[in-house]
Amino acid sequence: MADEKVFVLAELDEGGGLSKLTLELMGLGARLASETGGELDAVLLGEDVGASAAELATLGASLVSAADHPSLGKYNPDPYLEVLVRLLEPQDAFTLLAGHTPMGQDLAPRLAFALEAGLVTDCVAVEPGQQAGGPVFVKPVFGGNALASNVIKTPRRLATVRARVGSAPESAASGGEFVALEAPTAEPPIRSLGRTTEDRGVKLEDCRVVVAGGRGMGGAEGFGALEELAGLLGGAVGASRPPCDSGWIPASAQVGITGTIVAPDIYFAVAISGSSQHLSGMSESGKIIAINQDPEAYIFKVSDYGAVGDWKQVLPALTEALKHHIS
Amino acid sequence: MGLNIIVCLKLVPDPEGPADSFTVDQASRRVVVHGLPPVANPYDENALEAAIRIKEAAGDGEVKITLLSMGRSLSKAVMLKALATGADEYVTVEGEQLEAQELDSYTTATLLASVIRGLDYDLVLTGRQAADTNSGQVGLGIAGLLGIPAVTVAQKVEVSGGMVRVERVLPDGFETVEAPLPALVTVSHEIGDLRYPALAAIKAAKQLPQKSLSLSDINGELASTGLVERMGLAAPSRERACVMVGADTGEEAGRALAERLHADRVL
Ligand SMILES: Cc1cc2nc3c(=O)[nH]c(=O)nc-3n(C[C@H](O)[C@H](O)[C@H](O)COP(=O)(O)OP(=O)(O)OC[C@H]3O[C@@H](n4cnc5c(N)ncnc54)[C@H](O)[C@@H]3O)c2cc1C
Repeated sequence: MADEKVFVLAELDEGGGLSKLTLELMGLGARLASETGGELDAVLLGEDVGASAAELATLGASLVSAADHPSLGKYNPDPYLEVLVRLLEPQDAFTLLAGHTPMGQDLAPRLAFALEAGLVTDCVAVEPGQQAGGPVFVKPVFGGNALASNVIKTPRRLATVRARVGSAPESAASGGEFVALEAPTAEPPIRSLGRTTEDRGVKLEDCRVVVAGGRGMGGAEGFGALEELAGLLGGAVGASRPPCDSGWIPASAQVGITGTIVAPDIYFAVAISGSSQHLSGMSESGKIIAINQDPEAYIFKVSDYGAVGDWKQVLPALTEALKHHIS
Repeated sequence: MGLNIIVCLKLVPDPEGPADSFTVDQASRRVVVHGLPPVANPYDENALEAAIRIKEAAGDGEVKITLLSMGRSLSKAVMLKALATGADEYVTVEGEQLEAQELDSYTTATLLASVIRGLDYDLVLTGRQAADTNSGQVGLGIAGLLGIPAVTVAQKVEVSGGMVRVERVLPDGFETVEAPLPALVTVSHEIGDLRYPALAAIKAAKQLPQKSLSLSDINGELASTGLVERMGLAAPSRERACVMVGADTGEEAGRALAERLHADRVL
């Protein structure tokens, strides 16, 4: 596996700059590349991406391949796939890292099957693996009840990687070259008829404090009490899946293996039992504080602090008492 | 029959089972499941629900729903229940080598695609991912192998005039997209739970056509061990030493928690 290239598939955030996860992938990619002695390249698709492509060159990319075209402005799988297959088809052996984001989850499997490349999704660690004959890709299976270490046996390897697995390169490099990729030509079979979105406000994954509620909150009103505590601490409100399914709070609040993955300094789990699917999305948090009426609830086993009781009593008293300390 | 829908339904150990029902066997690198019944993968149930809604919207006799499951040995009870919710027939592929934990996504998609090639299909529905592998590759893989368009994470699926219209879940809302049939759609839980079948329907489902295939029937060759190989398996280390604040009432517990968090400089 000497001289094998490592590719990072870059992504932009809502503001139009490189996403934080992309920076982390550049750091991770550099580590893998130094192990194989190959070079680190970045790939970016979109519209008006010149500035971000230039930034990638300062983040350690030897070569930045960018496709800049109006048809790539909003993610549409088939045009993206066409451009990437054209770039990667001539490469016999490489490792490509993408974010485990909505785009990464949609695109990486398509690319894997198009290139007959092995893919490991949702990686929580990627270790350079000399002995294994290639990197080792670690991912949760069985809803987070186990972590599987995998090797990819094909010479082309793909992975989607979670946030905070890599860390952004520390020093800026320079000297990366650029190449413009050809725009897609095929008429895409999938046509977008429009998006219906609402402003999420603060992003859960960026908050230092998350106050999350579960099924035991009993309804939308309960989330008002969580909102108050979150407001006091400058944090955001999250949830396990049932409150989102019941419409007590928007789906974007869902924390877990199929929701947002968070690791704030402080995570409150209120009336949440601690299913492995939920834990898989927050167990890396700094301090975990659980409030639950069931003293046997599993959440206490994975928390740093616990209070037993009905949240209707515990939460207002907690918030009130904290006000004295915080203001 | 106007429209043929195939729903891929995987049987998995109940993913909502308590954490201690899943243990790790280092030697075999397998998760061992204790005392949990097999269930239909929840996202595949969502896919089946989507199919039934399309069938209801189209009216009598217009839509045929075929369920497709593959595995080492499939639970009859789970299959009958799924059939009874509103499907029309069941195709199964069973065999010793089809142990779910031994197959990677590539192999699974390849085998399922070769079954589907032998069936009539306009729309293939799968769940967005399986609850055991958490991989999310098989649906897209099947579409890639069949060479049909694929749309992922649907919260709504409608068919009209040779097109499928899908609402795709986005982090901050949804996107409506349209693709020509035949197409594949992976379905997410936002679509809603699968309905419960009536008891009478479960009895009646026994009479519905069921076709069981083996690997040789579908010319399925297991590509040795697939493209991805598991090297190791570990239990997650999540447990922490928990400081429990003692109190007689909830209010006291709340206050005691605040004091403790302050004293420990957490807040
Ligand atoms: C494929 C798959 C993916 C999934 N993905 C996710 C995911 O990403 N995120 C996620 O969260 N879940 C996910 N789930 C669901 C998960 O399995 C659990 O069902 C869910 O996390 C349970 O949520 P909960 O803890 O809020 O509810 P429950 O397990 O019902 O727990 C409620 C808790 O509230 C406590 N309680 C009740 N009333 C009160 C009160 N008045 N005061 C204090 N405590 C009270 C109870 O003691 C209990 O511990 C997924 C499931 C599947 C199958």
